[in-house]
Amino acid sequence: MSNSLKGSSTVIATARLIAAKDLRVELRSRVLLNQVLPFALIVMVMFAFALDSDAVLERVAPGLVWLATLFSVLVMVSRSFAVETADGALDQLRSAGVPATGIFIGKMLALMVQLMVLVALLVGAAVVLYRASFSWAGGVLLVTTAIAATCGLAAVGTLYGGLAAGAKGRETLLPLLLLPVVAPVLIGATRATESAFGTNGIAISEGWPWLGLLAVFAVLFSVAGAVAFGPLLDD
Amino acid sequence: MNTSTSLDAPPRDRVTGTQFTRGLGILVLAGMVLLIVLGLFVSPADVNQGESVRIMYAHVPGAWLAYLAFVITGISSAAYLWKRTRSLTWDRIAGASAEVGVLFMGISLITGSLWGRITWGTYWTWDARLTTTAFLFVTYIGYLAVRGLGGTHQQRARRSAVLALLAVLEIPLVHFSVELWNTLHQEASVAGRGTDVEMDGLMLFTLFLGVIVFTLMYVWLVLHRQRSLALEDMLDDSGLDNALTARRAEASGVAR
Amino acid sequence: MDNAGFIVASYIVTFGAVGAYAVGVIRRSRKSSREVPRDQRPWS
Repeated sequence: MSNSLKGSSTVIATARLIAAKDLRVELRSRVLLNQVLPFALIVMVMFAFALDSDAVLERVAPGLVWLATLFSVLVMVSRSFAVETADGALDQLRSAGVPATGIFIGKMLALMVQLMVLVALLVGAAVVLYRASFSWAGGVLLVTTAIAATCGLAAVGTLYGGLAAGAKGRETLLPLLLLPVVAPVLIGATRATESAFGTNGIAISEGWPWLGLLAVFAVLFSVAGAVAFGPLLDD
Repeated sequence: MNTSTSLDAPPRDRVTGTQFTRGLGILVLAGMVLLIVLGLFVSPADVNQGESVRIMYAHVPGAWLAYLAFVITGISSAAYLWKRTRSLTWDRIAGASAEVGVLFMGISLITGSLWGRITWGTYWTWDARLTTTAFLFVTYIGYLAVRGLGGTHQQRARRSAVLALLAVLEIPLVHFSVELWNTLHQEASVAGRGTDVEMDGLMLFTLFLGVIVFTLMYVWLVLHRQRSLALEDMLDDSGLDNALTARRAEASGVAR
Repeated sequence: MDNAGFIVASYIVTFGAVGAYAVGVIRRSRKSSREVPRDQRPWS
């Protein structure tokens, strides 16, 4: 009992340390700010070129927000593990006896914080570029959706990022592995955002059920990651 | 590694085969011929679908087999991860089965869209079952790519086993969410419409034969592929030794 | 036969692909078997 309590407290401590470390690395290197956010913005602009109609853009704005998020997740996950594997830092952490679950939760939390910033910016871009708008009630739904969706994306991203970490050719492999898995997030988050934006006159109340899907996804893959991350890194 | 081992190479026809697989292979070939004859010529046309029902005898067993193959991949991956049954043989069975599954899934996606073109007038429809199938296909292509990442055999086995179990988690979620997405659309799904077949005895028998022949074919393919994977692993293990021997032989040749 | 092209194509795709795969497996294992001594193969 006391042993497992002690175990869980080291997991939490590790998670906090790793998350703080990742965020500090980001604050100093500004990769998110200087590279990923501009990339996501240019994707949003390119969508407008491709679709070439204000009416269509307004209709598909929620989907485009989340598509741009997915593209950026791929870049951010690669980045998150490039930091770890560059100097064999991950191996050293493991051989020092740091719990894998703690590493997973820490990296997931750091990724989630960065994703929240990204989604906030993309929603702003949708308001400015695609004429999306939302009420206060819609805003509440939007924030809840963003929390659930980024939690799921961060969990899956960290899990599959860790799977491919350190292997040659992972940059090209990650999109192939990750995109099929996050399809439920794209579906759920887009539908919820549609009702938050009131796209096609969809009521806000219709958006809440989709949160169930996002929550189930987030919980399942958080648990799966916490369990599977150890065996994955242990080789 | 001494060079004499490569001299007493076995008879060429018995590389990954045994008495059992040879018998099985003959059975599969005979069954295939019978299936083609029954499916293409002897069995009657369907009252609703006409001749196009003949595609069913190739499509349905293929799809069934792909699902079976992925289930076997999942089970063998779990068997590898479980400490008491940990063996690279499980990993190779998982890999061989996934490869065969991807092959059959690709085949049944093609035959299915040909069938759909005839019966529904469209190659593809966003039906939950079809979409999930496409996701399965891509997921296991990714699985095979992860197997090819390199590293030690144990690394490969562990990575791919975890990935196979994650796929077991992913696929129901994808299916569920696509189904939700579809019901929102309120569009009547074309899948299912026009596919009811009134089976008479011979048609049922042909379909049944197809399932049996394809299952035996799967066993044959996985046995051979699993053994060829074992050979490749052994080759990897001895590869360094052989390369060293070759370099030394080269060096001594130059000196002479 | 109606749609004969589609029907025959689906049979050719099915059995052609399986056949090609089987041949590929056998050829690959023959290639690698030259280097592996026979007594190391548990099935033979």
